Amino acid sequence: MASMRDIKRRRSSIQGTQQITKAMKLVSTVKLQRARSNAEKTKTYFDTMYRTVGSILSRVGTIDHRYLTPGECTRKAVVVITSNRGLAGGYNSNVVRQLTAMEDWDKSETDIYAIGNKGGEYLDRHGYTVKESLPEVIEAPTYKDASSLADRLLESFGNGEIGEIYLAYTFFKNTVSHEPRLIKLLPVEIPEEDLEESSSQALMNFEPKDEEAIDLIIPKYISSLIYGAMMEAVASENGARMQAMDNATSNAEEMIDHLTLMYNRARQGSITQELTEIIAGAEAIG
Amino acid sequence: MADKEFTLRIVTPERVFYEGNAQMVEFNTTEGEIGVLPGHIPLTVIVSPGLLRIHEEEGVKIAALHAGFAEILPDGISILAEIVEWPEEIDKERADAALHRAEERLKSKDGDQDVKRAELALKRAVARIEALK
Repeated sequence: MASMRDIKRRRSSIQGTQQITKAMKLVSTVKLQRARSNAEKTKTYFDTMYRTVGSILSRVGTIDHRYLTPGECTRKAVVVITSNRGLAGGYNSNVVRQLTAMEDWDKSETDIYAIGNKGGEYLDRHGYTVKESLPEVIEAPTYKDASSLADRLLESFGNGEIGEIYLAYTFFKNTVSHEPRLIKLLPVEIPEEDLEESSSQALMNFEPKDEEAIDLIIPKYISSLIYGAMMEAVASENGARMQAMDNATSNAEEMIDHLTLMYNRARQGSITQELTEIIAGAEAIG
Repeated sequence: MADKEFTLRIVTPERVFYEGNAQMVEFNTTEGEIGVLPGHIPLTVIVSPGLLRIHEEEGVKIAALHAGFAEILPDGISILAEIVEWPEEIDKERADAALHRAEERLKSKDGDQDVKRAELALKRAVARIEALK
C-alpha cells in the first residue's frame, strides 16, 4: 500500500491539473461562443454564393472550361485546416486521418497547404510535401488571408502544376458534434441534388457571358469556401477542446475521489496500527 | 406602378452590410454602370469598383462598393460584396494617398500586371473619395 505522503502528493498534483483543465474549458467556452457567432454571420454569404455558383453550373451544362474539367496533371493540392495547439481531443487527428485514409493518393504527388501547425507537422512527418505552412492565419482568420491563398492555388492550377484542389477541415454541426470533411474545390463539383434544385429556379442571365462569369466568380467561390471552412474550423476547434477539457476535468475529479478514499484508508490504517502497537507495548510492560 | 420597392441585401463575408427595402439601386459592373429597378429580369453581374447608390423612400444612401457580384431577381437583389464601405468608414487620407500612388504607378508604366493592379487601385481610391463627397 502506498504511503500516506505519496497519496497526498499525487492527489495535490492531480488537483493542480484539474484546475488547469477547468480554466482551459472556460476559456474555450468563451472562444467558442465568439467563433460560433462569427461563423453564423458569414453563413448567409456562403449560402448565397453556393446557390449562385450552383445556378451558373446548372445552366452552362457541359461547357469546356478549365475550372470545370480535370487538368492533365495528377498532382493534388490539399488545404488542411487544423489548430496550432493540441489538447483538443481527436480534433486534429480526425482531419488528418481523412487524408491518410485515401489509399489511392500518392504521398509524393500531394502538396499540402497547412493552415494551422498541427496538421502540417503530422503530414510532414509522414512524407507529404508541405508546400506552405500558415500557422498565424488560423489565429484570426480574415477574408483577405483566404483570398490570397485562393489566388496562389488558382495560379498553380492555371500553370498546370496541380490538377486538383481539395479542402480538409472540420464542419461545425453544433456545440457537441463536429464532422471532419474533405471536399473537392477544383475542378468544381456540385452535388446533383443541389444542381437540380437550383435549375428549377427562374432562368438566370449573366453579364458578362457565362464563361467570363465563371472566370470571375470561381476565384471568389474558392476564397469564400476557404474562409467559411476556417470559420467553421475555429468554432469546431474550440468546441472540441471544450469537450476534451470537460472530460479531463471529470476524470480528474474521479481520480481525486479515489485517491481521497485511499488516503483516508491509509490514515485510519496507520492510526489503528499505532494503537495496536501502544496497547501491545503497555501489556508487555504491565 | 403601385408596388415599386424590392428587398436589397448586401452581405460581406464578415457581416450583413445592408438589409432593407429600396426603390432603386445603382452601381458599377464590369459591363458599365447599372441602375436596377423592381421587376428586373434575373441577372447576375460582376461588380467593379465604384459608387453604390441606394434609393430609399427617405432619400439616397451612398457607399463605396469595390468587389463582388450581384444576383438580381425581379423582387430583390443580393449583392455579395467582398469589400463595401459606408462613407464614415473611409479614411480620407489613406484614400488620397492611394490615389496618388496609383496615378504615379500608372505614369511610370512598367509591366502589364502592375498597370492592371494600379488601375484597380485607382478606381477604388476614386470610389472612396466620391463616396465621401
